[in-house]
Amino acid sequence: MEFLRDMLLFLKERKKWWLLPVILALLAAGALLLLSGGAAVTPFVYTLF
Amino acid sequence: MSLKILGISAFYHDSAAALSVDGEIVFAAHEERFTRKKHDRSFPANAVKACLEQGGARAGLGALAPDALDAVVFYEKPLLKFERLLETAYAFAPRGGGQFVLSAKAWAGEKLFMKRLLREGLAAAAPYDAAKLKLLFSEHHLSHAASAFYPSPFEEAAIVTADGAGEWACGGIFRGAGAGIEALREQRFPHSLGLLYSAFTCYAGFRVNSGEYKLMGLAPYGDPAGQRVKEIKRKILAELVSLGEDGSVWLNQDYFDYGAGLRMTDDARWAALLGFPPRAPEGPLLPEYCDLALAAQQVTEEALIRLAREAARLTGSRNLCLAGGVALNCAAASAVLREGIFERLWLQPAAGDAGGAVGAALGAHHIYFKQPRKAGGSDSMSGALLGPEYTDAEIEAAAGASGLAFNKVSDDALFAEAAALLAEGRVIGWHQGRAEWGPRALGNRSILADARDPGMQERVNLKIKRREAFRPFAPAVLAEDAAAWFEGGFSSPYMLLLDRVRQDRRKPEPPGTAALAPSERVGIARSDLPAVTHLDYTARLQTVDGKANPRFHRLLSGFKALTGCGVLLNTSFNVRGEPIVCSPEDSLRCFMATGLDALFIGNYIFRKAAPPAGRQG
Repeated sequence: MEFLRDMLLFLKERKKWWLLPVILALLAAGALLLLSGGAAVTPFVYTLF
Repeated sequence: MSLKILGISAFYHDSAAALSVDGEIVFAAHEERFTRKKHDRSFPANAVKACLEQGGARAGLGALAPDALDAVVFYEKPLLKFERLLETAYAFAPRGGGQFVLSAKAWAGEKLFMKRLLREGLAAAAPYDAAKLKLLFSEHHLSHAASAFYPSPFEEAAIVTADGAGEWACGGIFRGAGAGIEALREQRFPHSLGLLYSAFTCYAGFRVNSGEYKLMGLAPYGDPAGQRVKEIKRKILAELVSLGEDGSVWLNQDYFDYGAGLRMTDDARWAALLGFPPRAPEGPLLPEYCDLALAAQQVTEEALIRLAREAARLTGSRNLCLAGGVALNCAAASAVLREGIFERLWLQPAAGDAGGAVGAALGAHHIYFKQPRKAGGSDSMSGALLGPEYTDAEIEAAAGASGLAFNKVSDDALFAEAAALLAEGRVIGWHQGRAEWGPRALGNRSILADARDPGMQERVNLKIKRREAFRPFAPAVLAEDAAAWFEGGFSSPYMLLLDRVRQDRRKPEPPGTAALAPSERVGIARSDLPAVTHLDYTARLQTVDGKANPRFHRLLSGFKALTGCGVLLNTSFNVRGEPIVCSPEDSLRCFMATGLDALFIGNYIFRKAAPPAGRQG
């Protein structure tokens, strides 16, 4: 939560809201890659990419 | 109540930590010296622990916990750096997809969550209450500027910083006055003097972020009168980089790959431009690479001189402070001094990213906490002897574990034996007191030898340091004798400036020498100090005064009493690829693995070919 708050404050300060979707997409991809280490998500990774 | 601030530099290269108490750096150390991993980039847990325990004790505060600090300051702003990464990827797209995926993975998995990383790292160093911690983030080049100005002896000064890249800035001009620093100019990524020099380093077959010293050392082997150097320089300035009169640089990105790829240069385009391919790592040092090194050095010097002129114009100051990786190019820094643009020059001894830890701590002290500053007559870096020190009990424990024979002697006997061995032509390891802060060994973790011996450079390079034969060594000279040996005769306590050996101390090179390979030119005596005189009669000088380092001064004086020469070859106590030794264990290991003749740790002497193990006498 602290990270999201810092990031939103940063984007507001820098007036760079266009970066928000890129950051969210990156975080989602990062989370998926991390989770793909677990067997439950692995089959979906190849389908998604 | 003391104001205690911990500065941290980490996660790129050369991690370090520094503790400031009431605006005075009481302890500073590089993580690599503890982990024995050169240029270690990980969180500096060992350096932080040493700062808190030893630094706290030295300041009379006892061992500190992180929550007893008034602030912990990271040397740069990670989110701003991430913004640069995203916008660069966008600007170069569709090129650079591969590099972006790799970087994004590192950021999403680690660096974006910097606060958590720092808190966890601090917890590993000492237990504390995270809720009480004040975490601050400085800007990369402000940290450099602060590291150069606040410890300097100047009340006001122009400050110039230049390196590869920080967040967006790759360099800047600042004005320092009293406790304030004002940013005046900024050079922005991807146009960077540091990255340009790294690109030359890479093309010449050396490793980026560590091989830049080698490229600088190779430059004097180029032929300054030859047509090829002039032609390479012309091509560099016509195609690769535009130098502005104000010191700004503009790099033609068609020739560089660092913005979008995994290499520094577009090798095919460089080869087409220069007419020779990139040198393979460890490949032969052909004359074209020596000429490239010289041309790169000339361009870098020109850029830094223009930057200094602009800084003088903007600030009107007669004092200059320099920091950032480019400031470690002592030939370029010395060229600025030679130009006479400023009367006085001061360089942060750890001018690279490690020094950001000092700047972050001092910047917070003066800027965030608004504390006044009073410049003294000399700098406040304590001779850069800011690292860990080991007790006699620790030395004896390490010596016992090593199985080596040793004896403990009085100071008088210690200095007498060390000076006598050096005068006999022996090479010694010299480990005394606190470890150095910064990349140079300044007489506390040093390998020392007689600089008058013509074969010494090759011997120490090949048999002890195990590094390339062409690489020069530096002299340590009694400060009061500097003018007797060197032309400038100025103070250079941190071995960051070049001086020329005096004309009357030089020897002419035999005819035909210029055509020889670098390794063959090394053994030719060029002066009365052949082991430390580079091809162009320069030497990267350390002037040693009795106040900053009394033990090293005493050793030099002892050597002078025997030989009439107050100069020694002083090189860092390590072998190639290894950080400078830190603990007695490190020194003993290095001593045993190399051709060193004797080792002096504190008042303990270890000799090769000594009688059976154990304490003697």
